[in-house]
Amino acid sequence: MADQATARAGILNRIRAVNGRTTSDADRRKVVSERLGNAPLGVVPQRGQLPKDARQALFIEKAEAVQATVERVPSYAALPDCVGRYLRERNLPAAIRIGSDPRLRSADWQAAASLSVVDGPSDGLDMAGLSHAIAGVAETGTVVLTAGADNPTTINFLPEYHLVVIDGADIEGDMEAVWRRVRQMFGKGKMSRVVNFVTGPSRSADIEQTLLLGAHGPRALHIIVVDSGG
Amino acid sequence: MQLTSHEFKQNSVKALADVQLQKALRNVEKNFIEKRAKAAEALPEFDALRDNAKAIKDHTLAHLDLYLEEYEKRVTESGGHVHWAENAEDARRIILEICRKRNAKTVTKGKSMISEEIHLNDYLSEHGIEPVETDLGEYIIQLRGEHPSHIIAPAVHLNKDQVEADFRRVHTHLELDRDLTEPVTLLAEARAVLRQRYFQADVGITGANFLVAETGSSVIVTNEGNGDMTQTLGRCHVVVASIEKIVPTLEDTSQILRVLARSATGQEMSVYTTFSTGPKRAEDPDGPEEYHVVLLDNGRTAMLGTEYQEMLRCIRCGACMNHCPVYHAVGGHAYGSVYPGPMGAVLTPSLNGIDKAGHLPNASTFCGRCESVCPMRIPLPKMMRHWREDEFERQLSPKPARFGLGFWAFFAKRPALYRAAVSIAMPIIAKLGGDRHRLKSLPLASGWTTHRDLPAPEGKTFQQQYAARAKAEHHG
Repeated sequence: MADQATARAGILNRIRAVNGRTTSDADRRKVVSERLGNAPLGVVPQRGQLPKDARQALFIEKAEAVQATVERVPSYAALPDCVGRYLRERNLPAAIRIGSDPRLRSADWQAAASLSVVDGPSDGLDMAGLSHAIAGVAETGTVVLTAGADNPTTINFLPEYHLVVIDGADIEGDMEAVWRRVRQMFGKGKMSRVVNFVTGPSRSADIEQTLLLGAHGPRALHIIVVDSGG
Repeated sequence: MQLTSHEFKQNSVKALADVQLQKALRNVEKNFIEKRAKAAEALPEFDALRDNAKAIKDHTLAHLDLYLEEYEKRVTESGGHVHWAENAEDARRIILEICRKRNAKTVTKGKSMISEEIHLNDYLSEHGIEPVETDLGEYIIQLRGEHPSHIIAPAVHLNKDQVEADFRRVHTHLELDRDLTEPVTLLAEARAVLRQRYFQADVGITGANFLVAETGSSVIVTNEGNGDMTQTLGRCHVVVASIEKIVPTLEDTSQILRVLARSATGQEMSVYTTFSTGPKRAEDPDGPEEYHVVLLDNGRTAMLGTEYQEMLRCIRCGACMNHCPVYHAVGGHAYGSVYPGPMGAVLTPSLNGIDKAGHLPNASTFCGRCESVCPMRIPLPKMMRHWREDEFERQLSPKPARFGLGFWAFFAKRPALYRAAVSIAMPIIAKLGGDRHRLKSLPLASGWTTHRDLPAPEGKTFQQQYAARAKAEHHG
C-alpha cells in the first residue's frame, strides 16, 4: 500500500499537472479563494421569494405535501398542551424526550398534567421526541436542525414520532437564506457538528417501489409553528 | 464484485428470460420517469439550475487540487482526519486499520456506491469484521449475497415475495406464522432487526453525496434515516468518498441538491439532507467520538484532461438508467459492473479498462434519453461513442462486427455501387417479407429476430424516394 503522504502527493500532483496546463497556480488560487469568500448564490428559485405570511403559508403547504403535519400555536407557553394533545390523540404514552433548548424549556411542562418530560439524547426507546429548529425552508417545506445539548441529533431520528418546533419568524424562503443564518451563528467556514435538513417523515420505496413511511427514522413528523410575532 | 461485463451478452439473454426480473423492472419504467418529469415541470428554474450545476462542477474540476487542500484543512480544523487512497486496496486497508484500532466487531453502513466499488464488505468479512448494510434495499441484497442492480434503488430487481422468502430464511428468531405478505410488514421487520444493530456497531461507515470545501463537511442525502443513525450512533464515523465529490461552498451544494432529488426520485428534496463536520464536540451529548474521511482516487485523476473528464460531474442520481431502454430490458445486474446503465457504460471502462468492459458502451441504442435527463448535462452517448472508437482502434471489437463494418464501409465509400447493390437487394428482401411485410428470421441477425420481427423494406429505396421528393418540390 502506498503510504498516505505519497498517495496524497501523487493525487494532488496529477491533478495539478492537468489543471495547471492553461492557467498558473497563482491565478487559480485567487479564483478559488474568491469563490470560497464570496459564495455566489447561483439560481435561487422565485417560488420562495415571498412576503412573510405567504412564505409561511407556502412552508406549511410544502411540508404537508410530503406527509408532515403542521399546526400553529400562539406562543411557547402553549407547547405542553399542544404536545399532550398530540400524544393523546394517537394513544401514545404521555412522555416526551426533550433537549435543553431554553425556548422549549421556557414553557411550564409541570403544569401539563401527567406528561412526563425525559431529558437528554434519545436512547432509541422513546416513542416521541421534541426538537427546536433553527430555521425552515418554505421552498420545500423543510425544517433545519443543528446539533448540541439543546437539541440532541438522536431526537431527530430515533423516536417514532418527531415533533419539531419552529419560530414563525425563522421560516426562510430558501436554503441560501439558511446558510446566512448558519454563518451568523457559527462563523464563516464553520458549522455546527451536524446540520439536518428534514423534509417530511422517514420513508422507503425499496420494495417494489411502494412508498412507505417510517423506514428507520420517525414514522411521523409534526411541525409546530410558534407565532412569536417576530 | 467481480467484473463480469465481458459476459454482458449471456447475462442479457438470461435477464430477458427471467420472469421475476422482468416483472420487477416494469416498476422502473412506471415510477421513475413520470415522477421526474413532474418534479422538473414544477420548477421553472430547473433547466437553469442544471446549467449552473454543470458550471459548478466544471469549475471545481478545473481547481480540484486546490479545493481538496482547502477541504482537508477544514476537516482537520474541525477535529476530523483525512486519509488519501490511490486505489481500492489502499482505501480498504485504511478502513480496516481504523476499525482495528477501535477493536471493531461490527460496522453499520449507510448506502455507498464507493464502498461497492472497493468491495469493502467482502474485505471486512474476510478480516473478521461484520458489515451490516442498513439501507432497506442494501440490507435485502446483502442477505441474498447480491450486489445492487441500481445505484439508488439497489433491490429494484426483486419482488416482495422474494424479500419475504429471504426474511423467513434469515430472521429465524421470529415467529414462523407472522404475516409478511405486504411491503409494510417487511419494512417493519427490517426496521426492528436493524434498530438493534446501530447500537451494537463500533464503527459507522457512510458515503458522501458531497464534500464541502468551505466547511470541511460531508453531506449525505437519504430518505430512510439509516445513514444518519449509522453516523450518529457508531462511536466512530468513517466517510468513504471519491475525490470528485468536492463542491466549493454551501451555496454550490444547494444548487446541485435542487437537481439531485428531482432527477433521482422526483422528490423536491430528499427526506434527510445532512451536513456533518468533524467528531462530537465538548457540548454534544451524542455523535461519534472520531470522524474520518477516506478520499479515493481509483482512476479519477486519470480521467482529468481526457474526453471522459465530464463523467466526473456525475452525482449518481440514476436518471440515466431510469430512462434507458436497455436498462429497462435487462436490469442492472446484466452489466456485470458496480455501475450499470449509461453512466456505468462510460465510467466502468474508465475505471476498469475498455478491454474488460467493451460490451457496455455498445449496450446503447443511442436514443439520447440519458443525456436529455442528466441533471449535470453529461454527454453520455458521445462518450459511449468515444469508447466504441477506442475499442475499434485497439482492435478489441469482435471479428464479425469488424468484418460487418468493413463490408458496409466498402459500399458506403462507393456510392454508385451502394445504390446499385441496394436497388437489387431491396425487392428481394421485400418479397421474402411476404404478405405480412415482416421477416421472422434473418441470417446473422437472430439476436434481433428472436424477440421481434424485422419490418421488410417496401417500395423504393431511401435515396430513390429522396431524389423523387426533391424533384417534386422543385417542380411544385
